[in-house]
Amino acid sequence: MPIDWSPLTLSLRVAACATVISFAVGLALAYLLANRNFRGRELLDAAITLPLVLPPTVLGYYLLVMLGRSTPVGRFYEAVFGGPLVFTWQAAVLASTVHAIPLLVKSSRAALESVGGEYERAARTLGASEWRLFWRVTLPLARRSILAATVLAFARSLGDFGTTLMIAGDIPGRTQTASIAIYDAVESGNKLAAQMLVLVISAFTMAIVYAANRLERRNDSR
Amino acid sequence: MIRAKIAKRYGSFELDVELVAAPGVTVLFGASGAGKTLTLDCLAGFTVPEQGRILLDDELLFDAASRVNLSPRRRNCGYVFQDHALFPHMTVLGNLLFAAERHARLERHRRAREMMDRFCIAEFADMHPHELSGGQKQRCSLARALVTEPRFLLLDEPARGLDLPLRNELYELVRQIRAEYRIPILLVTHDLEECFALADTMVVMGAGKILQSGAPSAVYGNPASPDVARMLGIANRFEAEILALDPGRDTSRVRMLGREFAAAYLPGHLLGDKVKLCVPASQLNVVRETGPNCVSARVAAVTELPDGVRVQFDPELTVEMSRETFDAHGGQPDWWIEIPASSLRATG
Repeated sequence: MPIDWSPLTLSLRVAACATVISFAVGLALAYLLANRNFRGRELLDAAITLPLVLPPTVLGYYLLVMLGRSTPVGRFYEAVFGGPLVFTWQAAVLASTVHAIPLLVKSSRAALESVGGEYERAARTLGASEWRLFWRVTLPLARRSILAATVLAFARSLGDFGTTLMIAGDIPGRTQTASIAIYDAVESGNKLAAQMLVLVISAFTMAIVYAANRLERRNDSR
Repeated sequence: MIRAKIAKRYGSFELDVELVAAPGVTVLFGASGAGKTLTLDCLAGFTVPEQGRILLDDELLFDAASRVNLSPRRRNCGYVFQDHALFPHMTVLGNLLFAAERHARLERHRRAREMMDRFCIAEFADMHPHELSGGQKQRCSLARALVTEPRFLLLDEPARGLDLPLRNELYELVRQIRAEYRIPILLVTHDLEECFALADTMVVMGAGKILQSGAPSAVYGNPASPDVARMLGIANRFEAEILALDPGRDTSRVRMLGREFAAAYLPGHLLGDKVKLCVPASQLNVVRETGPNCVSARVAAVTELPDGVRVQFDPELTVEMSRETFDAHGGQPDWWIEIPASSLRATG
């Protein structure tokens, strides 16, 4: 029986999209948490951390309730894009994004805060605006840690199962990501397909984590 | 000219200072924890005082009453940090260009180049800060602070971590900046030599307060309190009673160490007052035989100095003398120490 590799390419596509979105949103949130002192800051941090600890099915349930076809958000999405969000690969992207964001926010916040201190003070006395300070000083100095976190976020998006299943379903060729395909293959006794996908995913993730560690380590010796 | 009145509380620590810094070097002198750096941070705008106001010439930088608080970037202040804070991911040139960013591109480069020439760092333009020595970093951070054409300059322990020749080089640089820029320069240090080498005005700080301020020679000549005398390294401090005062001849007589001594006139005191007097260890003389203003003493401890010896005596006197003087006295246990009348000064 030939092995269907489409779940793997779908997974990569979903993970790539999710990483881009969670990088942008995560960095903005991390900046907010690291630099702005507002009421409920730690509450926001806790809410962002939640996806890291909640069971994926709970997360999927929330998303389903929020984004289903009968909800305002779901209807708005349908009106704009001409089709429902749930049970599409875009929904899988959303599931992976929600899963990856806490990782990015946590690490990026720590990285941005660790730059802090004298460099930022120096930049301010030299007349830099907060915007320029962020792009020219803080971000470049924190870039390795943030990059490492992004790589890990990618790995995490690649491996999401529960949440994706809840809001994107298991439609072969459309929303069946690699982790779901492995489950299916095992269920239907297709041992070879399961083994191959497992091997590829494991090797890939291992390489990613190794790269992330290397990045972090170079960061220390800078 | 900076005029500042700042009050700020941190738990049990209370900063409460009022100072005026004219163009020239004003040294904030004191032990660590005296509030020197905190004062700089308030002036730069990193820390917001609870009360007071800060005026730069006629511009209001901060005023608690009217809630004026200019952000650091709008205060036009050059700040040289303890650890230089050169951006590690930029070259020396990059650091200077960053500071000159508000100018047009060509002008920016011209200013950075000019400043690098002035501080002799042009040859390091393309190096990163971690490739530079301590002295080179110091020059870079001074150059970077001055590229912005600040209206006042703050230096936080600039000589920390520099060895003696580099220190002297730094002092020369600061003097050069003082002469060329004519802006108020506030320098924080706990090093007495640095203070005397650079200060036009010294501000002695302790526990968040200003204990005394003035020209270094004036402060040294008349410390405001025994504490200030101690911080200035004036080793000999005496409790004395005034026996006679003669403003006409500019003399007085006091009783201390169980004897009568002649001293300079002590203004602001009355006959019979108990006063605290002090004498720097270098101003006491060793004499062969007793005379006026002499006291007999026994050696208690000897400390070697780079250019002589410091001898502690019993009763409590500390004398710094040349090695020859010390050797000439040989092993004799009893010494005669003269306390010159002109060297005795009141504290307060």
